Amino acid sequence: MNSIEVNNLTKKFGSFTAVDNVSFNVKKGEIFGFLGANGAGKSTTIRMLCAILEPTSGDAIVGRYSINKQPDQVKKNIGYMSQRFSLYNDLTVEENINFFGGVYGLEESEFEERKKWVLKIANLEGKEKTLTSSLPGGIKQRLALGTAVIHKPEIVFLDEPTSGVDPISRRRFWDLIHELSSEGITVLVTTHYLEEAEYCNNIILINRGKIIAQGTSDELKKNYIKNTILQIECDKVIEALEILEKQNFVNEVSIFGNSIHIVVNDNYKNEEQIRNLLEKNHSINVFRIDSIVPTLEDVFIHVLEEDKENGSSKN
Amino acid sequence: MDLQRTKAIAKKEFKHLLRDYRMLAILILFPVFLLIIFGYAINFDVKNIKIAVYDRDHSSLSRKFINSLSGTENFDLEGYIFNDSDIKHVLDEKKAQCVIVIPDDFSENVYNNVPAKIQFLIDGVDGNTATIVQNYVNLAALNFNREITAEIFSAYGIKSSIPLELEPIFWFNPELSSTKFLLPGLIGMILVIVCVVSVSISLVREKERGTIEQINVSPIKSTELLLGKITPYVALALLNATMIIIAGYILFGIEVKGSFLLLFFSSLIFLFSAASIGIFISVISESMQVAFSLATALSLLPSVILSGFIFPIESMPWIIQVFTNITPVKFFIVILRAIILRGVGLEAFWEQVIYMLLFAIIILTLANLINIKKEKSA
Repeated sequence: MNSIEVNNLTKKFGSFTAVDNVSFNVKKGEIFGFLGANGAGKSTTIRMLCAILEPTSGDAIVGRYSINKQPDQVKKNIGYMSQRFSLYNDLTVEENINFFGGVYGLEESEFEERKKWVLKIANLEGKEKTLTSSLPGGIKQRLALGTAVIHKPEIVFLDEPTSGVDPISRRRFWDLIHELSSEGITVLVTTHYLEEAEYCNNIILINRGKIIAQGTSDELKKNYIKNTILQIECDKVIEALEILEKQNFVNEVSIFGNSIHIVVNDNYKNEEQIRNLLEKNHSINVFRIDSIVPTLEDVFIHVLEEDKENGSSKN
Repeated sequence: MDLQRTKAIAKKEFKHLLRDYRMLAILILFPVFLLIIFGYAINFDVKNIKIAVYDRDHSSLSRKFINSLSGTENFDLEGYIFNDSDIKHVLDEKKAQCVIVIPDDFSENVYNNVPAKIQFLIDGVDGNTATIVQNYVNLAALNFNREITAEIFSAYGIKSSIPLELEPIFWFNPELSSTKFLLPGLIGMILVIVCVVSVSISLVREKERGTIEQINVSPIKSTELLLGKITPYVALALLNATMIIIAGYILFGIEVKGSFLLLFFSSLIFLFSAASIGIFISVISESMQVAFSLATALSLLPSVILSGFIFPIESMPWIIQVFTNITPVKFFIVILRAIILRGVGLEAFWEQVIYMLLFAIIILTLANLINIKKEKSA
């Protein structure tokens, strides 16, 4: 069963097309990753799905409601948490929870139960009177998520929820997201962190308003990169990168820490080819060359490069 | 309209207001401060005008005339001058605001039935005061004429009568106190500042901190949001108004002659129109700084200059009179003067109530149009 169905959604601002004919489905209870660079159209899409921005054309069913025809129903059935803190810093923990409970019109008895739940997941039991401004970032994030789903929505949108949070808090936050998903809540999340994308059941990558890749993490790795990827460990990494870039057997080069990933094409024969080139011609020591399974980052760099080439060949 | 959501917003906004104790202190103390400044410092009453006399006649008649002036509280006799050059001297050094020159043929002319002339030299730098001084002098001369005429007539054994005698009585403000005249305008000015500044700041703060996003995705309607947002500040402004009225009674003895209920409801409508300006400002400004500057400028200046608070609207050129409609204080002052000073009912100012409502509707419509346009291009 689909929780969100997006059909040919388009948003134009004047002559600029921010979202260009986007369609995708999100299944109920799924964690759906929405990836793309800044300005790619992620936030615009989310804003349309939250019924706060009218699409230029196209429609989407969120929950059971059309964003064009029933925006009020959509709003009642979704939760939303954004990259900027959505809590009031000058209010206490309890006052923030009370406010969102009132906004979503919770009944007294239900509200008491939900308030306890929010305090529990944010680890703030007994700290109801603490000012929100004095909470650490990770806790604030959990409280923000708790208040965003205080009314038990079917779907929750998280717009870069973990930006600026330390890795441990981020990990805990993702545990919370998995918990919500296991309760049947559909989660649509945008992120910059590609290791977070690995936690998602399904991923789409959007660039210049268009979907350029979609599938599960494994599907993406299998379907979008046909060529072999080699990881080369050597010294003088920058120099090696510059040399490899110019070779006709190399399609793409990128640095990962102190190693280099290269995507090779049919002109590539064997490891010796690289060793000869770097060690003999340029006296760069090569420690290791391995053929590796691509990471999501490899996939994204690859598809973004391809999209860029398509774009420039069109222009 | 969902009252629970409106209540949630209002409750939260009250919390913001109470927690920001510095802002709260300013919002409460500022009106008291303004009242004291305006009540005591700004005074248009002209009394104790300093005069100097150059009496060249030295007769009992000239002394009588001088006494008739210095005997009132309008004039204070600073001293005598004995030569022409001192006249300039006295006026230049502001030792006197008015110099009276009595010629040496003064009493002679009076007794010979020839009109006697007295010269008054008035410091005209402050035109307003100069006009009032001139009126006082005219009045004094008129009284003196009457006395002398009566004396002359009685010397011939005729009982004199003056054909026309004016007896002005000032209704509503018998002592013509300017504090009494200013207080209603002061209430209007303070309320508009408090309301416009706090409403616009509270709305723009949500924009600046990004919390507005969270409100936008919730089921809150914009009317619920605005109503909830303005409630605490309207309440605060009403508290201010109450404080000013009490202080006005204690410090300046100004009583409210009309109905308090009428005063309350018309203030509520006025605050609604003032809040609409705050809402308008919040739509066009992106930061609290901009909102604050705009709010103080747009509320303070028109309410002082264009509302009829100090300068009467009737004596402005017609084009400026058109501009006076940019402030709802203009209408509210008429209502306040009617209720506080004259003690009259709705029949005297129902038109002003309609104007205030119209004002709010026009400003809110304008704000809404700009908002829609902004959302489309953002």
